[in-house]
Amino acid sequence: MASIEMSHIVKQYGDGYPAVNDVSLDIADGEFMILVGPSGCGKSTLLRMIVGLEDITSGDMVIAGDRVNDKAPRDRNLSMVFQNYALYPHLSVYENIAFPLRLAKVPDSEVRKRVEEAASVLELQEHLERKPANLSGGQRQRVAMGRAIVRAADAFLFDEPLSNLDAKLRGQMRTEIARLQRRLGITTVYVTHDQTEAMTLGDRVCVLRKGVIQQVASPRELYEQPVNLFVAGFIGSPPMNFLPASVEGTSLSTPFGKVELGEERAEKVKGYDLLLVGIRPEYFEDASLVDEAKKPYGSTFTARVDVTEWLGDAQYAYIPYEAPAEIAEQLKQLSRELDSDQLRTQAVVSIDSTSRIREGHEAEFWLDTRKVHVFDPKTGENLTRDAEAGRKLTEMAAEDRIEQVERAKV
Amino acid sequence: MSTREKVGWGIGGLIIIIYCLFPVAWIISLSFKSSDDISNGQFLPTVFSGANYEQILVGDAAGLFLPALVNSFGICLIATFISCLLSMFAAYAIARLDFPGKKLILSTALAVAIFPVISIVTPLFNLWRQIGLYNTWPGLIIPYLSLTLPISIWTLSAFFREIPWEMEQAAQVDGATPWQAFRKVIVPLAAPGVFTTAIIAFFLAWNDFVYGISLTSTEAARPVPAALGLFSGASQFESPNGPIAAAAVIVTIPVVLLVLLFQRRIVAGLTNGAVKG
Amino acid sequence: MSATLDRPTSAIDPTRGARLNEKVRAERRLGWYLAGPAFAVMLLVTAYPIIQAVYDSLFDYRLTDPENSSFVGLGNYGVILTDPVWWTSFGVTVFITVVTVAVELVLGFALALVMLNALRGLRPVLRTVILIPYAVITVVSAFAWQFAFSVESGFVNSWFSWIPGVTAETDWFGTQGASLFVICLAEIWKTTPFISLLLLAGLAQVPDVLQEAAKVDGATWWQRLRRVTLPNMKAAIMVAVLFRTLDAFRVFDSVFVMTAGANGTETVSFLAYRQTIERVEIGLGSAVSVLLFLSVVLISALFIKGFKVDLSQARGE
Repeated sequence: MASIEMSHIVKQYGDGYPAVNDVSLDIADGEFMILVGPSGCGKSTLLRMIVGLEDITSGDMVIAGDRVNDKAPRDRNLSMVFQNYALYPHLSVYENIAFPLRLAKVPDSEVRKRVEEAASVLELQEHLERKPANLSGGQRQRVAMGRAIVRAADAFLFDEPLSNLDAKLRGQMRTEIARLQRRLGITTVYVTHDQTEAMTLGDRVCVLRKGVIQQVASPRELYEQPVNLFVAGFIGSPPMNFLPASVEGTSLSTPFGKVELGEERAEKVKGYDLLLVGIRPEYFEDASLVDEAKKPYGSTFTARVDVTEWLGDAQYAYIPYEAPAEIAEQLKQLSRELDSDQLRTQAVVSIDSTSRIREGHEAEFWLDTRKVHVFDPKTGENLTRDAEAGRKLTEMAAEDRIEQVERAKV
Repeated sequence: MSTREKVGWGIGGLIIIIYCLFPVAWIISLSFKSSDDISNGQFLPTVFSGANYEQILVGDAAGLFLPALVNSFGICLIATFISCLLSMFAAYAIARLDFPGKKLILSTALAVAIFPVISIVTPLFNLWRQIGLYNTWPGLIIPYLSLTLPISIWTLSAFFREIPWEMEQAAQVDGATPWQAFRKVIVPLAAPGVFTTAIIAFFLAWNDFVYGISLTSTEAARPVPAALGLFSGASQFESPNGPIAAAAVIVTIPVVLLVLLFQRRIVAGLTNGAVKG
Repeated sequence: MSATLDRPTSAIDPTRGARLNEKVRAERRLGWYLAGPAFAVMLLVTAYPIIQAVYDSLFDYRLTDPENSSFVGLGNYGVILTDPVWWTSFGVTVFITVVTVAVELVLGFALALVMLNALRGLRPVLRTVILIPYAVITVVSAFAWQFAFSVESGFVNSWFSWIPGVTAETDWFGTQGASLFVICLAEIWKTTPFISLLLLAGLAQVPDVLQEAAKVDGATWWQRLRRVTLPNMKAAIMVAVLFRTLDAFRVFDSVFVMTAGANGTETVSFLAYRQTIERVEIGLGSAVSVLLFLSVVLISALFIKGFKVDLSQARGE
């Protein structure tokens, strides 16, 4: 049990490239922290610095009150699940799990007890005598977890542990990890590029971009009050739509008609020529299905639908729009940075699955204008972010966590 | 596969077995022929006789054969050991470290492997005579390294490259010291590769004939293949074929044993080093 | 993953040279400390002797008569290259090389196919027996085949007496053709398994799905072999051929044991041996050695340039 405090951590490689740049992050005891970002953002490097596999160029790494910058991995008492599991191929499952205990010279009877305990938690009892090569992907993953939990480590570190599993198993293991973490109440740092994992697992999520922290907040705050274009675009699937906009009084003029902002928000965006308005797919709806009482809170517009995707429980419509060249270029660059390859300027709109909107036809949509965010295209900053509302969301998440840990202890 | 195809491939397999074992069976059979039987023109002896073995192990020819056997074992084992040791360090550097000259070392190994032995032996013959290494164990061990080192470096680097080295890091996170990580994780993973390399190197050394006949003159250092090759002239009265066959069977036993015990590893070692996608 | 992606490749960073830090330099040093001894030994046991051989080849030098050693320049090479003995042995060597490599390639491929397709239970047995010819020393193999064919102790003459021309008195080692036939036979027996293992590894690298695709496209067994399998294992084939060619070109043991170079079966290696070790004509022998060495270099260059055999690629570098 320990907190992890990082202050002004920098990782510079021999050639001067800063892979991690001035990262300060406090992880509370028992907290589940996610490090997320597109590939190359420095999240794995940061994790490896916590565990001691990478040198820290400058800054302080404090675990459980001790500065550990110069400690070897084995002296940090952390356990780690590697992306490819790093199971020792020459040892049986039993010996793999027992490995940290053997190194610590724990007596045999104690080893047996603890390995069997871990094995029963992870349902590995039948496989203890097998070699890793004969296990399935999910089983290997569980062995790696077993090796991590068998020891009373101060914290768990996960380096993209589920990326080698297929979608179904990934879902199962995700809930398994969440349950285990809550049960053990142990500080956890989890690296992923998968935002579903980030959103479902984390108490707080730290979004990194090119070695720099963008925002650290609960999943809800990230989703509802992102600090900038990058975070807004990274969190959410399908991703947030960004439309070019210009200010007209208290409203914005966009390719999808007027978006009313209201006095307070209009004040914040005053003086900008060109803006980007960020609208999540679910803020749209098929206008014919919207409750009359709700309608005044948004605006309606008509547009030609290019493609629709019906998924049973949800439905998406794709609406192409025109954007000025500079905005189109910027959006393309953003999508490249986010590891997605959106080619055309089109909005993704989530509509009710019962909607009968048809491809290639004009249709009327409703847009909930209360929740849109407005970004400065030059700096990417979110001009309409409500910091207070965001703080509350993250506080609520912290309270939830404390309550869950308490409940698990009983 | 249809039954007919299965039978066809099965027959093919049978032919391979006969192909591989027939000459070996023949030399064994010959080694049990008595001197009267040698020229019976048949594959099998009419009566099995141990006379040939007696001759080379305790009889007249023992003085030639037994020292040669000792020389062969001693020289080959030492050469194998040295080349494994040297190539272990080299292969580790090639697989693990980033330094200029890696390619040079591998190409040199390749060039040495295809080097005609006879081109080396001529100047060595001359030099060894001058510095007193002619007809000694070191005089053979050194040139044997030219046979065993290149293949060892290639095979071992191929093996080492496949070792999941990040295991070392995993072990350190699990609480191992660097030395423990090396001993408990890397050594067990690397050992099979080293072992296989040693077997293949030993085969090459054991097979040598050119160095053996060129750089030795007496039982002091002459290995078995050379002794066998020169044995033909050693007998005056009767055909030396029987004793030679018996000696051939004896020198074949160790390598066949190695093959039987470690076939899987040897195949992996031979092909791993040579054809690797 | 991201840890490696974070690190830009050195090529795109211009500041690298200046910032080459102590760690990188230490790693380079360690690399050479570790690999250096092996490298030095390899050079010592090959580069030194070949240089010495080149030097010796410029002298008329007999070991038993060191006082009368004299510098003759390229004279030894002149003597050798105008002597029919050299050209006979060169021809014999080329003949043995071409015949054995060609037969081994075809036979080896057949063996590889059988091993690939044989029943699961039979495979380990096959893989074991196929190693036996590889492991049996060349001298033993040469003796086994010589004894089998010899008039004195063989069984071949009596087994094959139904073939016209074969009688109990047929002396297989009495003529050049028959001797070379037996020598090639022994060489082929011993080394085909090695080739077949290399080819098997190459075969295993051709994905099954390609075979299936070709089947769906309507290819016959033979068409699949020619148009799908062989092109995809070209690298493995070329490597096997190159290694075997160089190996066959050095043939010595079998010739020594079976005929001792009689009846026009002397190979280049044997000629070098006879000049140096038996006749102690160090000068002439060295010149033959150098010529043999040059032939091997020429063959390698021919393969690597001519057939574009990329050894580094084939060896997973």
